[in-house]
Amino acid sequence: MGGRTARTGVKDEKKAAKGMWSFDSQFQVTNTLCIKGSTIHSFPVSDFGIFNQSVGFRIEDAATLSGNAVFNSAKASGQAVSPDCNHIGTLDKTPTSFAINRSATQVESRLPLEKVQQTNLVSISSGYTENWGESNMADASPKTDISTDADTDEKSQRSDRGKLNAVVASDSSDRSKGSLDQKTLRRLAQNREAARKSRLRKKAYVQQLESSRLKLTQLEQELQRARQQGIFISSAGDQSHAMGGNGAMAFDVEYARWLEEQNRLINELRTGVNSHAGDAELRIIVDSVLVHYDEIFRLKSNAAKADVFHLLSGMWKTPAERCFLWLGGFRSSELLKLLVSQLEPLTEQQLVGISNLQQSSQQAEDALSQGMEALQQSLSETLSTGSLGSSGSSGNVANYMGQMAMAMGKLGTLEGFIRQADNLRQQTLQQMHRILTTRQSARALLAIHDYFSRLRALSSLWLARPRE
Amino acid sequence: MDRVRDLASKKAAVIFTKSSCCMCYSIKTLFYELGASPAIHELDHDPSGRDMEWALRGLGCDPSVPAVFIGGRFVGSAKDVISLHVDGSLKQMLMDAKAIWF
Repeated sequence: MGGRTARTGVKDEKKAAKGMWSFDSQFQVTNTLCIKGSTIHSFPVSDFGIFNQSVGFRIEDAATLSGNAVFNSAKASGQAVSPDCNHIGTLDKTPTSFAINRSATQVESRLPLEKVQQTNLVSISSGYTENWGESNMADASPKTDISTDADTDEKSQRSDRGKLNAVVASDSSDRSKGSLDQKTLRRLAQNREAARKSRLRKKAYVQQLESSRLKLTQLEQELQRARQQGIFISSAGDQSHAMGGNGAMAFDVEYARWLEEQNRLINELRTGVNSHAGDAELRIIVDSVLVHYDEIFRLKSNAAKADVFHLLSGMWKTPAERCFLWLGGFRSSELLKLLVSQLEPLTEQQLVGISNLQQSSQQAEDALSQGMEALQQSLSETLSTGSLGSSGSSGNVANYMGQMAMAMGKLGTLEGFIRQADNLRQQTLQQMHRILTTRQSARALLAIHDYFSRLRALSSLWLARPRE
Repeated sequence: MDRVRDLASKKAAVIFTKSSCCMCYSIKTLFYELGASPAIHELDHDPSGRDMEWALRGLGCDPSVPAVFIGGRFVGSAKDVISLHVDGSLKQMLMDAKAIWF
């Protein structure tokens, strides 16, 4: 109620709040008619006239606003507004307010309203803009303490009231005191119509917003799905870099998908183990998990051809996992060390087998690590040899190119190392499966998965940690 | 091929390598770690190196080096050696060929 625009000062608004009536938006058109029918006509003309002139606000306006607001007089004057709606007809929603069915005396008793100036009304109404913005609504309630009902319809209808008031204000001077004539009726109808249209517009707007939002979500999902399928979607539209970045990104996407599937399989396995499923059933699931591991090694093999440095960097893994990175993946020997304690009880033969496996994988890892060191050393030697002098330029160029060619060859062998490292991991998993029983294998696979899950969770926590 | 066979039969464990090949270095290291002392033949320092390489490829060795022979028999390349090592077969083969004793 009152000035909702920036132009009206607080003072004005307070006055307005005192003087203006606000209406419950739930108020139905029928009610106003009933009011009209049952009560308004019963007002003595003189009273009504006084009311009109002093308040600058018409009862019929109130009525016309189709139940726009809550009668705020109670708040303004401290009197209770009795929600005696039954007299009013079908006031179905918030019945707390409209009490026009009361006699004119009650209306008159609220005439602290007469403080409200005509000009005030005009300024308010003229300044009033029709919009449903949040700021508007936020403005409205605290300042003017209007309806407890937060219905936004109320606000939109207030806009109509603004227009209405403008019409009314300009008219007030020449209005006769016998006001409920055809003119009034027509105006009432017009206002009702305006209010209704406003409501419909708002509804349409909100619906449009909702559908747009829905569409946006759908598009985002589609985009995500397309990305997962390895379609290179460049936001900058730069297709020339597609191939370069594609190897790494494509692998990241494939890996993410692999992880999802892995989670699913592991959950299946967990269910099987917890429900004490039979060996045959467990074996099927265990085999599928192992086959799925084969899949990631295959993917990594392809990725190593496309971008070996991406794999070596470990950027496709989470930070905590990267901490333990060895030749583009996990260390089998470490994994076995973790498992031994969890796999007990083991038979003597199994213990020996696992211990040997641990030792073998350790030896192979050492061998591969030393090979990598040899490669690094060889590469630095290749790049660092060469004359520093400037004499014999052609010879230098030939040297340089020769060195580069050799260095290129050495870099090419990196792929081989990653491949052998993955081979080692794969073979270790297979051998472990051979040594253990089906149930033990199941538990081992669960333990491995849980370990890496915790590492990933740790990474998330780490990345989200609060920093000063 | 003859030269390859000839050299392969001369010692219990024989590895054909190239001096620049770092994977060969890894496999050599593994053998040393197991206590074996394999005979190392560097193809790039052998006059008939190219023919030997061709022969090794003919045996199915890809890449051609490292190529491992145990007890005169062709075992395989790096991938095969690692696989055999993980499942314990490599050690057994070496013991059988008396390349190692424990």
